[in-house]
Parts: sequence; structure tokens; C-alpha cells
Amino acid sequence: MPTRVASPLRSYTEGLAIVEARGATVREALADLDRRYPGMRFRMIDEQGRIRPHIRLYVDTRPVLELDQPIEAGATLHLICALSGG
Amino acid sequence: MTGTLWIGTRKGLFALRGDAQRRQWKLVGPQFLGHVFHHVVQDPREPRVVLAAVKTGHLGPTVFRSTDRGRSWKEASAPPAFRKAEGSEAARAVDAVFWLTPGHASERGTWYAGASPAGLFRSEDGGDTWQPVAGFNDHPMHATWIQGPGSPIGQLTHSIRVDPRDARHLYLGVSSGGVFESTDAGGDWRPLNAGCAAEFLPDPDPEYGHDPHCFDMHPRHPDRLYQQNHCGIYRLDRPDERWTRIGNSMPRRVGDIGFPLVLHPANPDKAWVFPMDGTSVWPRTSVDGKPAVYGTNNGGKTWRRLDGGLPRKQGWFTVLRQAMCADDDERTDKLGLYFGTSSGEVWASRNEGVSWTRVAQHLPQVFSVTYGPAA
Repeated sequence: MPTRVASPLRSYTEGLAIVEARGATVREALADLDRRYPGMRFRMIDEQGRIRPHIRLYVDTRPVLELDQPIEAGATLHLICALSGG
Repeated sequence: MTGTLWIGTRKGLFALRGDAQRRQWKLVGPQFLGHVFHHVVQDPREPRVVLAAVKTGHLGPTVFRSTDRGRSWKEASAPPAFRKAEGSEAARAVDAVFWLTPGHASERGTWYAGASPAGLFRSEDGGDTWQPVAGFNDHPMHATWIQGPGSPIGQLTHSIRVDPRDARHLYLGVSSGGVFESTDAGGDWRPLNAGCAAEFLPDPDPEYGHDPHCFDMHPRHPDRLYQQNHCGIYRLDRPDERWTRIGNSMPRRVGDIGFPLVLHPANPDKAWVFPMDGTSVWPRTSVDGKPAVYGTNNGGKTWRRLDGGLPRKQGWFTVLRQAMCADDDERTDKLGLYFGTSSGEVWASRNEGVSWTRVAQHLPQVFSVTYGPAA
């Protein structure tokens, strides 16, 4: 699926704002992204499997609350960096 | 050329490269603009290797590694991370890598990292992959020893020191925990805080729960320990077990509260601190707006004010624990001292603090100033 990458993560995607990821769930898509762009997942997901405080993930417009959330065919995954202060 | 001062800031990495006389300093950078650099450390065993403890406002913590003196960097393949929690265990996650220490000279490629919340991590491949030190992170007393919130960014493991005589002999400091010692390469730990005040605890002489701000072991006389604590400046000469408050000999109007502590690389009786205002509501500024370094030549029996060239008034900056260092010039009274400020300045002295020159300004808040030799 197309995956929209926020600017703080583009150092991993060679500057690309849209990349491709494969997977039936958010967990699988993030694993696929980490294979393509090593290190990217840990900057978003901590070692306990939780989404980091200033990261927001969406499938289309639906917020991701747990990583096993399915991604339907044709959906877009959004990797968003929320506001984090000055 | 002399060495490099690595300047880690709240908004990126800078470096100051000095001439042979240490009179002129060239500012280089920023690299990684917008990244938070808590600590940047050049490896004394392999001076081309530099490690940096990094995060950003949005992204999780990591470690950057350079093998060409900071010209290029790679991210660690497996940054410091706690093990996966089991059952009802607290699910700890590293929020910030706060401190980096090269391992023993005989263990090339070994590094230690301290984190927030209080965790200890070890790498054996030059900082590329990191493993939790279970003997500390999972010690049965860990949650009892370290209870407070620690610093404004949480609990901190810092001041990790490796005994040059014995790679298995380690010390570390934990905010709202104390100083701890291991003699088996981190397998087991015990508190080492007797004699230190902890005015924020009800027990007048607790075994743990103290707040060391900066702890150091003299590199050539490793039985000589110093610490700048939340509650004073202390010295301990092992095998003694009880710290002596050498800050009692500081001027009463200045007090003995601060963050950094710097030791002379050869003379174990010489040390420097940067006092801050720890009165009333703890402004944590320079005392009375008159910034000064204080130095001792006799292990803390007496202290001398060293403020030549520093602002005489209305100077309200302070200096964090990683943001003051010495270079390696051991000629009598010639050691270089350096500090970076909360207001984005870097100051340098070529004469052990007697006189100071501002060598950089208008930088972001300085978190770390460390020295790396040229060769």
C-alpha cells in the first residue's frame, strides 16, 4: 500500500514522502518498512510494541490504536509526527 | 591542530576545532539540525570513533556512530532498549539515551550507555548493537533503589565509570537513586552513598535514593572518587565507604550545589565545579548572576574562585553535567577547561580556569561538551 512518510522519518526513505509497504496489518507493514529502511520502526514503536508518544499512525483517516489493525486493499498508511513542543 | 570539542545541543551537533595554541577555535556544524544530542563521546582507544546519544522531539532514542571523526555517521543497528516485559512487569522503554562511556582499554569496541528511565546498556561492537545489562536493569532492588522521578526528563543513568585496573569493576550514578558499584562486570550492584546528604528524603542517612549529579573516578588514581551531588560536593578514597562533604569548604554564599565536576587527568587533588543557585525554589542559575568556576588543588580542602573573563553581573546561565570538560594538556597549570551554557555559549580556559574566553555563542542550549584528542 502507499505509505505517507512524515518529514522527520525521511532520512530513512532517502527523502521520499511516499513509499510502498506490504502487509495485511499495520504490524506487518511496519516490519516490511523496517526491512526496506532499517531502523525506521524503532523510532516510531518502542521495545514494548507501543506507538511512541509523538507518533500517530492512520489507515486512511482511521487512527491506529493497536498494531494488529488490518489494512484493507487500496488503503493508505500514514506515518505522522504529532506536535512535540518547541 | 589540537583536539576537538564536541558540542551536543538541544538542536543539533556542533564541533569546535582548535589551533595548536588553543587560542583560535573554528566552529563546525550544525550536523543533524533539530536533533537532541545528550552526549557525544570520542573513543580514546580509537580516536576516529565518535558516538552520540540522540533523539528528536518526535522520534525515539538512538545512537549515531562515526568512524571518521564525525565526517559521516551511521545509526546503531540495534539501539539501547529494555527487554520485553513479561506478565505484570512494568513495561519499560528507553525514552532517551543520556550517557555514553567507552569500555575498558582492553575491551576494544565495548561501550556502556545510560538511559532514561534508569537503565544500563552495553555494546561489544563499537556501538552498533546494544544489549540491556540485566544485572542492573533487572536487579531485585532496582525499583526500590530508584523511586523518584529523577530529573525533568525522568530518571537518568549517568556517570558510568570503568576502573582502568579491572574491566569488571564499574560505577554509575542514578538520579534519585545514588551511586552504585559492581565488581563483576555488572552482574550485581550495591549502593555506595554513605555520608551523602539527601535532604529531600526523611531519613537523614539513607542507604540509597540520593541524587548524584555527576560522579567521577580519577583515571590514574582510581581509588579517588568525587561527586557533585544534588546535596553537595563529595570525595571518597577507597577502600573507605563513607563520602566526605568537601563542599563544606566552599564559600557559604555560593554553596556547593551544581551539576558538572571535572578532574585533572594527572593530579588527583585537582578538580573543578560550576556552582549554581540551589536555594529557595532552586533557580538553577549562576549564583547571584555572577557565573564562576571553583577549583581545588588539594582534594577539596580549599576552593578558589575562577571567574576571570566571565560576566561580572547579570550572567544567569548555568552548565549541565555533561557540558564541562578538560583537555589533555598536562603541563603545570596549562590544562584546558571548557564549558557550554544553557544560553548557547561555549567558554574556554588555557590555564586551568584562571581566565576564560568565549569561543562560541548563539548556539542552542548546550547539553554536552567533551574533548577528543587529535590523534
